[in-house]
Amino acid sequence: MSIRTPLAHVRGLGAAKDGTHHWWLQRVTSIALVPLVLWFIISLLGVSHADYETFQHWLSNPFRAGLMVALLAVLFYHASLGMQVIYEDYVRPEGAKVIAVLATQFVLFLLGAISIVAVLKIALA
Amino acid sequence: MSAANKRPLSPFMIGPYYKPQMTSVLSITHRATGAGLVVGTLLLVYWLAAAAVGPKAYEHAQAVLGSMLGQLFLFLWTWALFYHLANGIRHLFWDAGYGFELPDATKSGWAVVWSSIILTFLCWLIAAP
Repeated sequence: MSIRTPLAHVRGLGAAKDGTHHWWLQRVTSIALVPLVLWFIISLLGVSHADYETFQHWLSNPFRAGLMVALLAVLFYHASLGMQVIYEDYVRPEGAKVIAVLATQFVLFLLGAISIVAVLKIALA
Repeated sequence: MSAANKRPLSPFMIGPYYKPQMTSVLSITHRATGAGLVVGTLLLVYWLAAAAVGPKAYEHAQAVLGSMLGQLFLFLWTWALFYHLANGIRHLFWDAGYGFELPDATKSGWAVVWSSIILTFLCWLIAAP
């Protein structure tokens, strides 16, 4: 039994995690996603029923391919940040939480890589 | 351990202890739609990857997404996307310090609900084959 107060125990141990960095990146990615997602939805209205030739021609435009790559990169980053917060709030114990966060981040990174390579392949074909 | 761990905690937000309110339901729906959209990105990756593989795979993916089940998923995905987008903008206004008063939060909440529903139907009317 220690007679030191709880505050004295934690004093000098430094910050618990990484402060507001995660929170801020979640906001930055969400602000970027507003115009990107609106562009994506409006574009899909036009190409959702397109045949292969039309779709490939549509995506071969460098502005559209660039916007698609930007959308995918920011989207998967935002998704990974968001899923991390959900796990941190609900998954116990600590070990399961860390595994869930890491597994989801690896899968989302891979999905982002696959979809970006796919866009580049179509755009540069 | 220490005295701090024996302090009473307020109960978990879901359960018999709190009455569901419009604002709290919208808040948990934001998380649910976020997680749902992450699952939905599998369809997006599948669609793009199929198009990158070639015309045959692309036609197949278009047929899968055009099936009854595919269309149902895409319809729900569209609503989740509009909901998360609209409520995300609502959150950004809160982050900037606006709209915290209860009447304002209720009004913006209903705006999110109705705009997400209306935009979803509008999109599907425009994109209807």
